[in-house]
Parts: sequence; structure tokens; C-alpha cells
Amino acid sequence: MTTLVERLGERYRQTPDRVAIHGLTGDSAQPLTYRTLLDGAAWVARDLSAAGVRAGDVVVLVLPHGQDLLMSFFGALFCGSVPSILAFPSEKLDPGRYARSLEALVGVTRPAALITNESFAGEVRGALAGMDESLQILLAGDFSRGQSGAFLHLPDLKLLPDDIALLQHSSGTTGLQKGVALSHHAVLAHVERYASIIRMDAQDVVVSWLPLFHDMGLIAGFLMPLLLGATLVLMSPLEWVRAPHRLLQAVSHYGGSLSWLPNFAFNFCAQKIRDRDLEKVDLSSWRAVINCSEPMRLESHKQFIERFAPYGLREQALATCYAMAENVFAVTQSAIGSKVNVDRIDRRAFEQTHLAESSGAAQRSISVLSAGKPLPKTRIRILDEERSEVPQRVIGEIAIKSDTLLTGYYGREDLSQKAFHDGWFLTGDLGYLAEGELYVTGRKKEIIIVGGKNVYPQDLEALAGEVQGIHPGRSVAFGIFNQQLGTEEVALVAEEHVEDPHAREKLAQTVRLAINRGADVAVRHVRLVPRGWVIKTSSGKLARGANRQKFIEEFFLEDESVRTTQEDAGA
Amino acid sequence: MKPPSEIRSRVHNEIVDYIAREILQNARRRIELDQALISSGLIDSFHLVDLALFVEAAFNVRIEDSELSTSVFDSVRELTEFIMERMQDDIA
Repeated sequence: MTTLVERLGERYRQTPDRVAIHGLTGDSAQPLTYRTLLDGAAWVARDLSAAGVRAGDVVVLVLPHGQDLLMSFFGALFCGSVPSILAFPSEKLDPGRYARSLEALVGVTRPAALITNESFAGEVRGALAGMDESLQILLAGDFSRGQSGAFLHLPDLKLLPDDIALLQHSSGTTGLQKGVALSHHAVLAHVERYASIIRMDAQDVVVSWLPLFHDMGLIAGFLMPLLLGATLVLMSPLEWVRAPHRLLQAVSHYGGSLSWLPNFAFNFCAQKIRDRDLEKVDLSSWRAVINCSEPMRLESHKQFIERFAPYGLREQALATCYAMAENVFAVTQSAIGSKVNVDRIDRRAFEQTHLAESSGAAQRSISVLSAGKPLPKTRIRILDEERSEVPQRVIGEIAIKSDTLLTGYYGREDLSQKAFHDGWFLTGDLGYLAEGELYVTGRKKEIIIVGGKNVYPQDLEALAGEVQGIHPGRSVAFGIFNQQLGTEEVALVAEEHVEDPHAREKLAQTVRLAINRGADVAVRHVRLVPRGWVIKTSSGKLARGANRQKFIEEFFLEDESVRTTQEDAGA
Repeated sequence: MKPPSEIRSRVHNEIVDYIAREILQNARRRIELDQALISSGLIDSFHLVDLALFVEAAFNVRIEDSELSTSVFDSVRELTEFIMERMQDDIA
């Protein structure tokens, strides 16, 4: 089996009338069989070919969660082109900003077509006017819908396993210029390997609310169940965040067996679901709820199990995974059906000497959740600053080697080369190995992860720097972990030159709104500071780590679990 | 029974207080009556459920999750009116 198209063809021939996806919207469910889904996609492929899209071309999808998105994705795949799903802009997002992000993407990726819907087409056209004449903007609503059997009449694509199957981007101007290109071989080999470790097969029912523009949603919450012939119950992230109980009700109703959630979702579900929304909910079918894509916390697991054990959730169902788009998805996975290992390490040794020493005394220790063992044919090394391998229990940068790594960052040979050292992919994450398992403890790269979503600080700093009254180039953004939410919050410090305190408070609000509307993330702490506060390196670069430390020391109490009241304007 | 204007101002004050203190983490923060809350990104989607749970507990009304949207309310004024109507319905 060499390509995704062939693998899906197998499903089409073997179980055409099986429900591939139950698409949930509110209280209604729309079942989609393999036949309906893949025939619909074949019609899209015909239309794309007719529009001049050729094998190897990139096709960008800007569509909300739903059938159009699913069919367009496979449609692009079926004409041999390379689909890339982007986040659909939320209503708060400033259209001008989104346009600039799109320009950044188009400039690097040079897509042949962009598929969107009527409600957004005008903005896309405006954004891309005059940029690239060859880029076609197509509406999902215009695609043909015809007879069943279209899938069987797709032309032979002659795709090779090493051809690029899809691109995966994270959001923001920076993320959109860094598309992870994955080959058919990488995706298929990874799905097979990961499925063997979590013992996933066609009997499984995956329940997911994850967005498809994110690796966890795209692979675990979409492609993997379909390629394996399992059933997927899919709801929109926008709906889930307003009604988290729907995830649990869906598990109960459909006999859901597997779900993947970012850490904050464990807290969110445990804290925000009403008893009345859990009546008659039975979670005993949930054999694995896998915590992945942001730092995993024991406290989050505890809250989740305490809240939902009365509804049949078993503690052994909670699992962990370390994953990244650059390896398709998973790198490590904790043993399914067993409790996740917890390593208690000495706080002082961890902070001062970068050693993860086992600790007996509870009050001086940190509990680190294991991310499990590497997948088959996946190797992990921990490297020091000089990129030499370090022994067990020494903290360093996590480097990985596998045969399912990215082909490269699309159109960015420069970044692709920098990402590897001696054949090892440098993750930018920090951690250590102990007894064959990986423990992730932090990050070297300056990315902020909010609710599982990667945010580049430079995008937020640029937005702040454009506000009148803020010194350009003298804003710094970073993440601060919030124990109660189970995720990081965005903090931004900006140097201002305004005397009047009232005007300063207004300025802080303007900065906050500029970021909230300009980036698809909410900033939690905005702190205006006088000129000279922000620390730069001798070469004039922002020292984000040092600024973060200074911020915590000046404006936060030492214990990160204690929340302080943040005033918008400077003290 | 209290006149509606008194109830309305209590509802209004409690909402403003909650949003400033709990969501924006700044008790002194002023929020205008017609200031856009959701569409401006002032309240992000993660906090909509918190707001609903608070409103249900504080005013003893029920909010459906489909009602957590700008088409139902996007300002303190609209949310106050929405709650007032719900309270009326519950009495009726």
C-alpha cells in the first residue's frame, strides 16, 4: 500500500456503507458513509482538475468544520494535489490581519487554488487581489454533486510513496510560512505504527472535537480513524468550547473508545460541566483518553478522573503522548490500559543543575508525567548545548530520528536544514529519559502553547508594536502557566511613552484588543512599562526567557500557583 | 416585589463586576454598557461557559449553550436584557 488514495480505496471497496463519520451539530447528527464521503470527494477532484489544479499543486482550504471541509480535503488528495487546512477565521479576527497572514502563506507556498465558502470569499479575494494571478479562489458550495461511484472512475494518479501528501501549518504569520510537508509514506507508516501501539482497529470509535488544522485533529482525530476503517464522531471545536459536555455525551451515545485532548481540556471538562448535563452518561467504553500537544500535568488527570469516575471512567484509560506535526504525529505513547508513570524529582536539582533526580520528600519534589516510550522505529536522544548526547536523567533538548519525519518545511529549504543535526530532528523541547520513557519538562524554542495551539511570540510583539504610543521593537510576549486552567496564558510587556495615567490605561486596552483581534488568541496579561525595561541581548535581540523571568519576579508572586491580580496599566 | 429597574441595575452591576474581576482579572476595569464583549475578543470563547455558569448561579435562570453567541448578546446591555427576559419567563 503506497498512498493515502489507495488506502482509502480499500475502505471504499470493503466497507462502503459503513458510517465513516458522524458529524455532530447541536443535537443533530449527520452520518456520512465511506461511499458518500469518497464519492463526494471524487466530484470535488473532478472540479479541481477541470479548474487546472495539477498533481503536486498545493490547495489551501479555509472552511469551517463540516462536510465541505472533509470532502474538499479528500478531493484535493484525489487529484494528486497537496491539501493544507487553515484555521477558519473567528468572527473577532480582524479581516485585514487575516489577509496579511494569507499573503504570508501564499508568498511561501504558492498554492494553485484556495477553497473557501461564500461568507468568506469576498475577504479572501480582497486580501489576495493582485498578489498572484494564477491562484484560483473556489467556493465549496459550487462543487458538483453527482452519482455515486465517482470514486471508482478517478484517473490513475501514478503517485509515489515519497510524494507529498499534505501540508500542516500552525497559525499566525510565522506559522503560516512554515508548512510541514508530509509524504504519503510518512503518513501511512505512522498511522500503522501508532495504531499497533494503541491497538486501534476498525472496531474503535474515535470521538473528537479537535480542529483539523492542527496535527492532533488532522491525524488522530480525522485521517487515522478513516484510514483504519474505524468510526469517527466529530464535532466542531467552537461548539465544544461552549458545551464541553457534548464530548462526554457523544462518548456515551456512540460507545466512544478513543479520544485525544490537550491538557487544558482535562481541566476544562472537569471544572465546567454541570451535573444536569451528565445525567445517564456512561463513560465505561472510553478505553483511552490521550493527553497530548501541550505540557501534561498530573493535577489535570486527577481532576478529570475525580469528576468522571462516577460516570464509569477508569483511571487506566488516562494516557499521555508526545507528538509533533514534524513526525506526522506521535513520537512517544504511554502504555494503553496502564496507569501513566509519574516521576517525582527533586525541585532544587531540576532548577539548578538540570538533573532529574528521584526525590523521596514530597514537599521538595515535582511530579512529572511520563510521555511513555518511543514508537517502533523511532529513536530519541537528549542533547546538551553542544549537541552531544547526555545520560539518563539529565535534562537537555529532545532530538528524534524516525522514517516518518517531514520531507521538509515547504518552500523553506533554509528552515529544513536548520531543523536537523546529523540526521536528528531537533524538537526545541526539553526533557529527559528514565527507564526507557520520555519526560518532557520544558522548551528551548520560544513558542507559546495556549490550549494546545502554538502561538509565535514575534507575531504578537509585532501587533503590539504597531499600536500608537508603543515603542516598536520593544514589546515582548511569552507564556505563563496557569495551574487552574492547565495551560499557558499569553503575557505581553510593552514599553510606552505616555505620561497621563488615564491615557496609559486606555493604551493598555488598545494593545490588548489589537492582539485579541489580530492574532487568534486572547492575551491575558498586558503590562505597560517605561522605556528601558525590556531586556535585549548584546546583539540587540529580544531575550524572551530573561524578560519572562523579570516579569514573574516583578509582577507575579514566586509561587506560580498563586494568581495575582493583574492591572492593565503599569503599577 | 422589587421594581424592574432595581433588578436590572443589580443584574448589570453583578455582570460587570464578574467580567472585570474573574475574566479580565482586573477588578477596577470599567466596561461600557454597549462595549462589544465577544466580537471584540474581550471575552474569549474559553470564558463563555464561565459566564454562563455564573449567570445561572447568580440569577437562577437557565442558558442553553447555543445561546452563547453574538447573535444573542455581545454587550453587557444585551446580556442584562436577556437575563431580565428569562427571569420574566420563569415567573410567568
